[in-house]
Amino acid sequence: MVRDTMRGGERTAHDSGPAALGGERVAYDGDPARFIELDGVEKVFDVRRKAGLLRREKHQVRAVDGISFTVPRGQMVGYIGPNGAGKSTTIKMLTGILVPSGGRLRVAGIDPSRERTRLARRIGVVFGQRTTLWWDLPLRDSYCLVHRMYKIPDARYRENLERCVELLDLGDLLDVPVRQLSLGQRMRGDIAAALLHDPEVLYLDEPTIGLDVVSKAKVRDFLRDVNADLGMTVLLTTHDLTDIEQLCERVMVIDHGRLVYDGGLSGLHAVGESERTLVVDLERELPPIDDVPGARTVRVEGPRQWLAFAATASAAPLVAAVAERYPLVDLSVREPDIEAVIAKMYAERSAER
Amino acid sequence: MWLGSGLLLPAPALSGHGTGAGQSALREATPRQSDGKGEHEMRLYAAVAVNGFRRYATYRVATAAGVFTNTVFGFIIAYTFIALWSERPHLGGYDQAQALTFVWVSQALLAACALLGGGFQEELQERIRSGDIAVDLYRPVDLQSWWLASELGRAAFQLLGRGVVPLAVGALAFDLALPADPLTWLAFLLAVFLGIVVGFGVRYLVALCSFWLLDGAGVTLIAGLATTFFSGVLLPLNAFPGGFGEFVRTLPWAAMLQVPVDVLLGRAAGTGLLTALAFQAGWAVALLAAGRALQALATSKAVVQGG
Ligand SMILES: Nc1ncnc2c1ncn2[C@@H]1O[C@H](COP(=O)(O)OP(=O)(O)OP(=O)(O)O)[C@@H](O)[C@H]1O
Ligand SMILES: [Mg+2]
Repeated sequence: MVRDTMRGGERTAHDSGPAALGGERVAYDGDPARFIELDGVEKVFDVRRKAGLLRREKHQVRAVDGISFTVPRGQMVGYIGPNGAGKSTTIKMLTGILVPSGGRLRVAGIDPSRERTRLARRIGVVFGQRTTLWWDLPLRDSYCLVHRMYKIPDARYRENLERCVELLDLGDLLDVPVRQLSLGQRMRGDIAAALLHDPEVLYLDEPTIGLDVVSKAKVRDFLRDVNADLGMTVLLTTHDLTDIEQLCERVMVIDHGRLVYDGGLSGLHAVGESERTLVVDLERELPPIDDVPGARTVRVEGPRQWLAFAATASAAPLVAAVAERYPLVDLSVREPDIEAVIAKMYAERSAER
Repeated sequence: MWLGSGLLLPAPALSGHGTGAGQSALREATPRQSDGKGEHEMRLYAAVAVNGFRRYATYRVATAAGVFTNTVFGFIIAYTFIALWSERPHLGGYDQAQALTFVWVSQALLAACALLGGGFQEELQERIRSGDIAVDLYRPVDLQSWWLASELGRAAFQLLGRGVVPLAVGALAFDLALPADPLTWLAFLLAVFLGIVVGFGVRYLVALCSFWLLDGAGVTLIAGLATTFFSGVLLPLNAFPGGFGEFVRTLPWAAMLQVPVDVLLGRAAGTGLLTALAFQAGWAVALLAAGRALQALATSKAVVQGG
């Protein structure tokens, strides 16, 4: 984690490989700490709803409601939030396919919606639910098209393709029509397609959605490599917090279009007042333990009981207290579950509103 | 392809990124003048067209079924026309052989020119409706050129795959007025190409309406009816009477089928041929320019759907 943070600060635009490639591309010579920059960005959708028989009411949805942050070059950031929080809308604005209703947005010094085509050469995008691949044609054909589209030098293209094929295990799939690929295979194919042109930034909108454990692990390993070896800046949205835990040193949580948390993953625990769990196995089935201070029993299953206690408190006095009063056979302590922390955070925020 | 190559080069001032004119567009425009760039663009769109061709080529059964349908309908309409022309000989200035040629050529062009639906329009509408268009928009390519190239690839396949057999069957079964001069055939192919571009121009405008209407069914229906009626696929436009006929023959739909058939029948020869091709090219340029303007509006003002 420390390693990644340092890269964000120390790397300059000139020593990160990809920017130098691709011939005509002008390297970003701005502040590498402000590679992606959002300042009070808003997106308001006008929607019409039926109100009565003929009347249609116009009203506004503030999908993104004043978000500001910066991402340094080379950082891998998790962008999470509940359904409808505004994550995909943010990514669309970052790629330039949606024009913000307000605020300022820059990626590598470029205003995405004004110079969408110019920026397109420097970014890679993977939308989990969509595909860039040609449905009826073999995977290889889609890659050839990417080769032409992004004017990738031949040698570079071959090298990148080889690397992706090896790391994402695409060897047997290259000649299969995309419509015959499974979801996980297609997703790996899509990720490769987004990386062949050495993008400086990679946006991933739910890249692990619907993947099995093995595919997820493969994708995560690959992303970690890409970020570490190429210094690629990565912005990742997901509902699978394991993605975040394993990949991102920084996480941003948004809800109702606002940034509610921005920092390290560990910081979330403090914010979320998270709890650790002491799991005890007793000699026999007993009523829930209720006389140990600082802990409450959250679950009982036969002789096994789960006790929650503040993550900041020590487990030692608790264990001593239980051992003193109950016939203890075995025990273990579980670290706070990030899922639970986030769930609690979402729930609290919607209760506040 | 001479016209196509000119049209395929994106005009930066009009291209997709809307308000992004000014400095950036100028910076972008300058290197594009050089040959290397233009050549590269051409190779990209040629690759897109080839993929468009191969995509349709993968569906062999559908192609065979299409050929069968076109041939059967060719026979049905041919017998209807024979009945009609024996009642009204020289209707619209065609003799019976010319009328039958019209029938079989329109069956041959039906799929390629997407005269009764088909082609890219439904696909593009569906992509806009579902939000998949997002994928097309973040590519460093011009949306219109991309779809035009892919449509030309599709049309090329369907011209070969679905056009040759019905026309050959028609020529064997009936006495058609097909020309012997290879130059006339060449002019015909050029007219077909222009007709396909005009058809693309119209349908691109229709498809882009989906950015605002979302439910494109209404416009699709109207546009489909207009094509069926004004292209001449039901009845040659020559047979439309008086001022109305004259008006209909100036509309873009006339460029899709009527003009190519007249070129093949040798009814537009010499300067007439040039006028006919210029008529098509004029509509092609106007419609593609309108498509670009609408595209700029769509990508700057409209909303890309979906999460
Ligand atoms: N085209 C649109 N028209 C109107 N409202 C929209 C449109 N697109 C998104 N919204 C609204 O904007 C809000 C944010 O949507 P967005 O897709 O960005 O959420 P998300 O964070 O990606 O959610 P999810 O986790 O479910 O993918 C939602 O309330 C949604 O209803
Ligand atoms: Mg989303």
